[in-house]
Amino acid sequence: MQFFFEVLIGGLLAGVMYSLVALGFVLIYKASGVFNFAQGAMVFFAALTTVGFIELGMNFWLAVLLAFLAMVALAFFTERVVLRPLINQPQITLFMATIGLTFLVEGVAQLTWGAQVHALDLGIADEPLGWISERTGMSLSKFDLVASGIAAALVAVLALFFNKTRTGRALRAVADDHQAALAVGISLQRIWVIVWMVAGFVALVTGLLWGARNGVQFALTFLALKALPVLILGGFESIAGAIVGGLIVGASEKLAEVYIGPHVGGGIESWFPYVLALVFLLVRPEGLFGERRIERV
Amino acid sequence: MFYREAGQFKTRYSEDQQLFPIRQDRVAMAVLLLIAFIGVPLAATTPALARLIDFNYWFNGVLIPFLIFSLAALGLNILTGYAGQLSLGTAAFMAVGAFAAYNLELRVPGLPMLVSFVLAGVVAALVGLLFGLPSLRIKGFYLAVATLAAQFFVIWALTKFAWFSNYSTSGVITAQKIVVFGYTFDTPVKRYLLVLAIVALLALAAKNMVRGAVGRAWMAVRDMDVAAEVMGIPMMKTKLLAFAVSSFYCGVAGALYAFAYLGTVEPAGFELELSFRILFMIIIGGVGSILGSFLGAAFIVLIPIFLDLSATSIERGFALSLPAGLVSNLTLILFGGLIVFFLVVEPLGLARLWQIGKEKLRLWPFPH
Repeated sequence: MQFFFEVLIGGLLAGVMYSLVALGFVLIYKASGVFNFAQGAMVFFAALTTVGFIELGMNFWLAVLLAFLAMVALAFFTERVVLRPLINQPQITLFMATIGLTFLVEGVAQLTWGAQVHALDLGIADEPLGWISERTGMSLSKFDLVASGIAAALVAVLALFFNKTRTGRALRAVADDHQAALAVGISLQRIWVIVWMVAGFVALVTGLLWGARNGVQFALTFLALKALPVLILGGFESIAGAIVGGLIVGASEKLAEVYIGPHVGGGIESWFPYVLALVFLLVRPEGLFGERRIERV
Repeated sequence: MFYREAGQFKTRYSEDQQLFPIRQDRVAMAVLLLIAFIGVPLAATTPALARLIDFNYWFNGVLIPFLIFSLAALGLNILTGYAGQLSLGTAAFMAVGAFAAYNLELRVPGLPMLVSFVLAGVVAALVGLLFGLPSLRIKGFYLAVATLAAQFFVIWALTKFAWFSNYSTSGVITAQKIVVFGYTFDTPVKRYLLVLAIVALLALAAKNMVRGAVGRAWMAVRDMDVAAEVMGIPMMKTKLLAFAVSSFYCGVAGALYAFAYLGTVEPAGFELELSFRILFMIIIGGVGSILGSFLGAAFIVLIPIFLDLSATSIERGFALSLPAGLVSNLTLILFGGLIVFFLVVEPLGLARLWQIGKEKLRLWPFPH
């Protein structure tokens, strides 16, 4: 039983990391209806830029600031070059455009900083916490706990931003109805830049956490794929859904790997979340917290 | 001026409904097929020309992959372009085709090669049907993610269960020799001819499917599925048929990929990246167009070769060595940029440009 809980909590903590990636998707999808496939590439780009500046001998915080500025530049670029010309196009077109953007960002990132794996040290040890293992016998990584704390703080900040600031309310208005938002004088273009900037910020945090854990490398871009089943479970439009979906995916994939994996040869982590999401979709096609759409002819 | 249908009167319905109603199209198609089937092999076997051009490279590196990717793109175009169901699992269905053909040849003694190709397509179609089932409930992005499940699951299964690769290490299979009616297709020219014949046949079938009742049902579902259902188009049958036919094409393409192109393949060769590559082919070539599949495949196959060639010639010309990875990264950037460019400027792709070109030829040199 104790082993079960250890696996479960380990999975939940890993799930927090998935939630962070999914969060970036949800932000952009809510505000602009764009399914941003490039989120994983943005995570990679942000982490690589930070590490690149650090390796040039810069202070950590300065490097983070510069990386954030790079994400801001990317937001402006995306709005100007991809989103604005494609306004009013079908969602699928925009989705494919973000696949193109993914390749663009990956190429630029590797061209600028090189393709080798970089180490990133945030100064948080990835070791079991002593006092937890003494009391309960479970080994929980300090790094995981800090990461969850950061994720929680990020969600809290985002919630405040969305609910209490003028810009945040404008974002929610745009998410609800583009035309109504335009009618009350909200500039769509400005909102899109802002929301891509926020998503870039989330990508930066995600990239730093994941990069510290697994090294900053090209594999970070595959995070986007890990986040997709999370989105499906949680629904594309819900921040709460991204969090809950991430936790479910994290916990279930670890449990499945430990309890089902040995019977079928292991390595089922790669596809289990997808099949889970698929089965879930058959029951509830709009996800846990997604908006139910009514279609008329 | 050059491309006018003036004077070509149709007096029967069958004439009006033929595949290429305009005479110039028929002539152009016939010339193209003649060149592909007779001209190219003839040139390759002429010793004088063979000294000038490295035909083995052209067949193995350009023409055969172009034809095979065209077939895969055709399959995806049927599903995504005509039936409107976005799929990110194309490579998985190709993998199913490749491994099915290998296992059929291995385990069924005396099975003719062509039959095993067809059966490989059928196996891929069945897998496609299975993963197409969610399309009845979900659509759009949700469906795209569901097809990702196919992508990861199939590759995992092929890697994990050694039976599929006949217990070879790391799942690598070596395709058997292609023998049809006792005739061995061993040289590049012969393999090219075989692939060309199969692709031409399947392209003809696709062209006929999309202009018939099936294709119209697909397009109705693509344009608005609820309206299509109200009009009495059986949703389940139409969608699943699109998945099955598309997977069949991809499966045959996969079998050819293993047997006629690479020779040895492993499951890891059919990663998500290949799926994306084929998706790019149809975006750049033209979504919902048979011709577009071919144009897109040609484009995607040729661009890296072109970049490689220009990189080496720059290196030679300026006597410097470009850093490793520069070309591959530039290819990434160029691909990404082109995707965005095409979506913005010409969402219907190269096929549409071709159409505009024809329109221009028709009017030239007069403005109207």
